[in-house]
Amino acid sequence: MKVEPDPDSAREPIIEFRKAGYRLPNGQSLLEDVSVAVGRGETLALLGRSGAGKTTALKLINRMLDPSDGEILVEGKSTLRWDAIALRRHIGYVIQEIGLFPHFTIEQNVSLIPRLEQWPAERIRARVKELLSLVGLDPDTFSRRYPHELSGGQRQRVGIARALAVDPPILLMDEPFGALDPLTTGELLKEFQQLQRRLRKTIVMVTHDVGESLLLATRIALLDGGKLAGIFSAREFLSAQEPVAAAYVANFRMYEEAERANEPH
Amino acid sequence: MSLIDFFIRHQREIGQATLEHIWLVGISMLLAVAIGVPLGIIVTRHPWLSKPILGGANIAETIPSLALFGFLLPVPWLGARADRLVITALMLYALLPIIRNTSTGISSVNVAVREAARGMGMTENQILFQVELPLSVPTILAGVRVATVLTIGIATIAAAVGAGGLGEFIFRGLAMVNDQLILAGAIPAAALALLADFILSLLERRLRPAQS
Repeated sequence: MKVEPDPDSAREPIIEFRKAGYRLPNGQSLLEDVSVAVGRGETLALLGRSGAGKTTALKLINRMLDPSDGEILVEGKSTLRWDAIALRRHIGYVIQEIGLFPHFTIEQNVSLIPRLEQWPAERIRARVKELLSLVGLDPDTFSRRYPHELSGGQRQRVGIARALAVDPPILLMDEPFGALDPLTTGELLKEFQQLQRRLRKTIVMVTHDVGESLLLATRIALLDGGKLAGIFSAREFLSAQEPVAAAYVANFRMYEEAERANEPH
Repeated sequence: MSLIDFFIRHQREIGQATLEHIWLVGISMLLAVAIGVPLGIIVTRHPWLSKPILGGANIAETIPSLALFGFLLPVPWLGARADRLVITALMLYALLPIIRNTSTGISSVNVAVREAARGMGMTENQILFQVELPLSVPTILAGVRVATVLTIGIATIAAAVGAGGLGEFIFRGLAMVNDQLILAGAIPAAALALLADFILSLLERRLRPAQS
């Protein structure tokens, strides 16, 4: 079934933070008063330093954490009113360390949720093939291998395939392209960009990389010290007056300057 | 008469005692696994229970075996038969390594793996049975191995309360100052311990999941 993009769909929020905050049991606040709406099909980058609250914000979406203040709506319903298991199966999740199951083959890793959802065996097999091809891994070569037999980049691809297994409308990614060498990161980024255009998922990704945000995100939510410092489109971000955003841009531009400085005169 | 002749002449009694020994240790270990593994799991789920459970198992471990038999003697159903008494005591000794290794095995499962499992929408039970326990099998088996070797040794004392086993020969040999009789109990017991250790270590290696 082909659905024409509805001009309004971009504005219909599928995820919405309403004055959301999270405090540790000892009272330390990790996230404060964050309000942001993510439209269907949008890619939102959560950008910020380590400890800025990016991962905390991400975990509030799939109820890995419950908000201490405010609420988060997914598909218009507060996460607290969702069954946590149903919510998580509605949302693909990719973490930096990937967390592939070391005792499962690649096929078993990718097919875990379909198996738990008791899909028929034939459908599972076809889905695994489809997913592995989608992320650029040859199913015949990789299905029977174990995670430790794969390179970092390959494992990351499997992690993405696994998150897409039951075709969730939302994808959460926590530094999915971190911890890889820059060339592998670049390759993966480029491929993921194409995948993103094809699949039209709603994506929220945590990153500390400006380039990654500019490349993949429709909007950038800048977090600083647990607070939302601003929400920008790519163009707005590059010319933002907000001090933290400006600092990120200046840092990003440093490479361009280095390039210019080394140009032959 | 050489030791070998002695063994050949008494092979039937020695065989009989060895079987009794295996039976005592086997039943004790089955019970210890059936109780120890769930306790080890509970410890990881409710950390506040870890002190009382591990502490209790630790105390059982420090009671000298003869004294433990003595303590259990007045217990109604247990004290009525020597084998019940001995099996309970051996089981108590075997618990600590099994509980400890189960909880260690589960808590050493990679945090990212557990987080991914939870984030993907696996229930607590699915995480336990499909991820945590399979990944802990080698560690749990290592605990079972330690416990088995330990109980095979302690089971020789079972003869003191009349439960049979290889300890019979050792006690009789000690009473009669007969080295051959002592060795008729000690050698098969040692061999049994080595054999159990070997078999369980093979199993442990076979069940070790692929690791990154």
